[in-house]
Amino acid sequence: MNQPLPTSITQTIKETLRHLWSFPGGIKLSGHKSLSNHQPISTAKIAKQLIIPLSQHIGHASEPIVNVGDKVLKGQILGYASGPVSAPVHASGSGTVVAIEEHLIPHPSGLSALCVFIDTDGYEQWVECSPLISDSSSTDDKQRTVTHQSITTLSHHQINQQIANAGVVGLGGALYPSAAKLNTAEKMHTDTLIINAAECEPYITCDDVLMRQRPEEVILGILLLKKVIGAKKCLIGIENNKPEAYQALLNTISGYNTSHTEAQIEIVQVPTLYPAGGEKQLIQVLTGREVPSQGLPMDIGIICHNVATAAAVYHAVYRGEPLISRIVTITGGAIKQPQNMEVPLGTPIRDILNQAGLDEDKVEKIIMGGPMMGFSLPSIDTPVTKATNCILVSEKDELATPPPAMPCIRCARCSDSCPMSLLPQQMYWYAKTRDLEKVQDYNIFDCIECGCCSYVCPSNIPLVQYFRYAKTEIWDDERERNKANIARDRHEFRKERLEKAKQAKAEAAQLRKEKLAKKKALDAEKAKEKEGLNQSNDKPAKSSSADLIQEAIARAKAKKAQQQSQKKNTDNLSEAQQKKIDDVNERRRKKTDSEEI
Amino acid sequence: MFLAQSSPFLKPELSVSKMMLVVTMLMIPGVLTATYVFGYGVLVNIFLAIIFALTFEAIVLYLRRRPIAVYLNDKSAVLTAVIIGVALPPLAPWWLTFIGLFFAIVIAKQLYGGLGYNTFNPAMVAYAILLISFPAEMTTYWQTPAMLASQFEGQTLSLLETINFQLFAQLPAGMTIDALTSATPLDIVRTAVLNGSATIDEIHSEGNAFGMLGGIGTEWVNLAFLAGGLFMLRKGLISWHIPISLLATLGFLSLLFGSFELDSNPSPLFHLFSGATMLGAFFIATDPVTASTTPRGRIIYGAGIGALIYIIRTWGGYPDAIAFAVLLMNMCAPLLDYYTQPRVYGHKADERDDEEIS
Repeated sequence: MNQPLPTSITQTIKETLRHLWSFPGGIKLSGHKSLSNHQPISTAKIAKQLIIPLSQHIGHASEPIVNVGDKVLKGQILGYASGPVSAPVHASGSGTVVAIEEHLIPHPSGLSALCVFIDTDGYEQWVECSPLISDSSSTDDKQRTVTHQSITTLSHHQINQQIANAGVVGLGGALYPSAAKLNTAEKMHTDTLIINAAECEPYITCDDVLMRQRPEEVILGILLLKKVIGAKKCLIGIENNKPEAYQALLNTISGYNTSHTEAQIEIVQVPTLYPAGGEKQLIQVLTGREVPSQGLPMDIGIICHNVATAAAVYHAVYRGEPLISRIVTITGGAIKQPQNMEVPLGTPIRDILNQAGLDEDKVEKIIMGGPMMGFSLPSIDTPVTKATNCILVSEKDELATPPPAMPCIRCARCSDSCPMSLLPQQMYWYAKTRDLEKVQDYNIFDCIECGCCSYVCPSNIPLVQYFRYAKTEIWDDERERNKANIARDRHEFRKERLEKAKQAKAEAAQLRKEKLAKKKALDAEKAKEKEGLNQSNDKPAKSSSADLIQEAIARAKAKKAQQQSQKKNTDNLSEAQQKKIDDVNERRRKKTDSEEI
Repeated sequence: MFLAQSSPFLKPELSVSKMMLVVTMLMIPGVLTATYVFGYGVLVNIFLAIIFALTFEAIVLYLRRRPIAVYLNDKSAVLTAVIIGVALPPLAPWWLTFIGLFFAIVIAKQLYGGLGYNTFNPAMVAYAILLISFPAEMTTYWQTPAMLASQFEGQTLSLLETINFQLFAQLPAGMTIDALTSATPLDIVRTAVLNGSATIDEIHSEGNAFGMLGGIGTEWVNLAFLAGGLFMLRKGLISWHIPISLLATLGFLSLLFGSFELDSNPSPLFHLFSGATMLGAFFIATDPVTASTTPRGRIIYGAGIGALIYIIRTWGGYPDAIAFAVLLMNMCAPLLDYYTQPRVYGHKADERDDEEIS
């Protein structure tokens, strides 16, 4: 008998043999994770009114297909995906659509967006779900007999369609529609699937508890993802401060790894060092490879997905349920019972804070996301969206009140801590003086805004804020320039068109004249012939008229050339200037490309 | 309702003020050892220097209409003062300290724009100016090290007598300044080697220059500063690049040249543990404002200082060379920073946008 070794042993061997790389910089942070990671995941009460934004993803907002007054069921589609990079949005509770209008959404700049308001009826009546792997025996989760075997019968197309219809997006924070990403990955023959389970930001534990309490969903979801892209290798990267989650995944995986060689999934513990969960950093730690600047992991044959995304894929395929809820960590000193809660999307943040016990007297800051990359919420009457991984409500002195910034003392702690090996200090000088060319030369667009530099700065300079400012200024400039370019092109095209029309007119007139002249000459000749005279003297006259035409055309051309040269301010550029412009254009092109994917 | 702010929100781990304070505290072992070796003059120097530094700083901040309390509290002036206080001859008259601090704080620091904007290390500017302007005072007021005082029947001064001498230039009856002071080990060796009056072995046998590791007396001060420096490294207050490359270069050069002419070249240990080597390597060369900031740049910067120290000590006109070496390398820092930029993640090694140096 060829009995395979128990997984725990093979895993231990693999762990010891596996070489891990490291990324430059990074900072050690105290996790504050035990606040919220050992309670079971609770379920949020369904809110009286759900506010569901139609844009909870990168790309085009979905188009609403319901009307005010419509009755909707839980899981019913509210808006279709409106383009290749978009995702549908579903009702997270049954009830009546009472309004479709702009409402404040959780956004750093306090923006509003189109939202569907649903007054819930409390019946929680589901729309009919159509799972790909049907399972009619029981509705009890524990009795579901799902095997890995059953997914081999599905085509990757089928699975991906199901993922697209369920509105699954990257739940790690990027919110990129998963189906679109998987599609590209499959086309690019991506062979490595990396599952990001690092969760490196302090306070956040939603992925941690998901792995601890629902490891089956995560692993089955990962197997589906693997199937869709046809990946040969799959690595789960998890920070070594989550031993329980690691063990839970390991136990679950053992059943699959031993029985199906194609199911090989390797779980790798990575050192706890912020930002190990950054996509680029995790790839570097696990594979030693770097994603090219302005490029994508797929350029080096890698695709990254978050564990929560994997679980959402599981729900879509095995249960036919769209993404209508997510796990949210509610934590911080001003929360009485810090916990993780499964929250229907669209639930007002105020509701879930109240359920977790908001200590109104203690509240100082309310942050969505972690303390390193999150943002202050403009209001707690904004809804939970697909992006809401954590609500951190701090008490006094728990987080920093920004002290006045001191001058930079060039200590280089910022560059020493930068995981991208940037020089934040130099970028800061140029961003501050709005030298947008220079700041790009220092590769500002490689900045991942992880916040390490701001955190270590002894002068309390809000470096990341300066970089965000510089980036938006550059984008703004480029938008303006694009607009100007389009306007100029349009203007020139119009001029050219008018010129052409004029010329055509002139030519036609000439042609007519010539014909007339010819006819006249012919007539004259005939007349002369009649008179018996064979001499013809109309030839020179003919040629001189042709000369005139040529001259007129040349004049018109010269005039046109002159006008063109007057209009363009980019004509008399030195070579260096032209190079600069080309560089910027190239960069801009790359940037927009990478944004679209 | 809530205070809006941009991420990150975590409390910063360090402030300039705390950084300066800890570095200053870590100089205490060196300062106390120096006091033991060279007498109370060291403490008097530091005390005067701190008062002058804070006074000058406050006056200029007032004239520049900057918040005085905020900038006095950054403690950078105090650190500068302590470095100058230790670097000056222990029996230096008060006006030497006064002039030194004026140049350090007013000229080298504040006139360049204050904290973070100065090109040159303020303490070293002060030291260099004093050394050039008052060579006699800067070299002769070194009290004989405690280790030698009894051996050579030297006299020592009490704290009050020291203050009396430094402020009013009055010595107790029967004492002369010559009896109190002696040339520093680096000076003795250099003079002997330059004049060809004695070989290293002969100086050794005289017993007034060499201790166990380096210069007699100063070796203990160096060890104490080394201890403080290593602690700073451990605490992550400074990076290893500058001190290690500085010491390695100095050690390597003295080993290299020392092995050719043993008679006229003291050992690497003597170079490493004499004069202000350790103070310079850990507390002066690492001044963030004026040093290079990239990892490779810092290594070159430290190595440059190490090499210059050896060159000036051996062939130059001064017994010690920290100040000149540091100032010369200060000038190179921006250039080093520019040409030693690290490779950014996801970029190729040779890819650098340096076609537009302006």
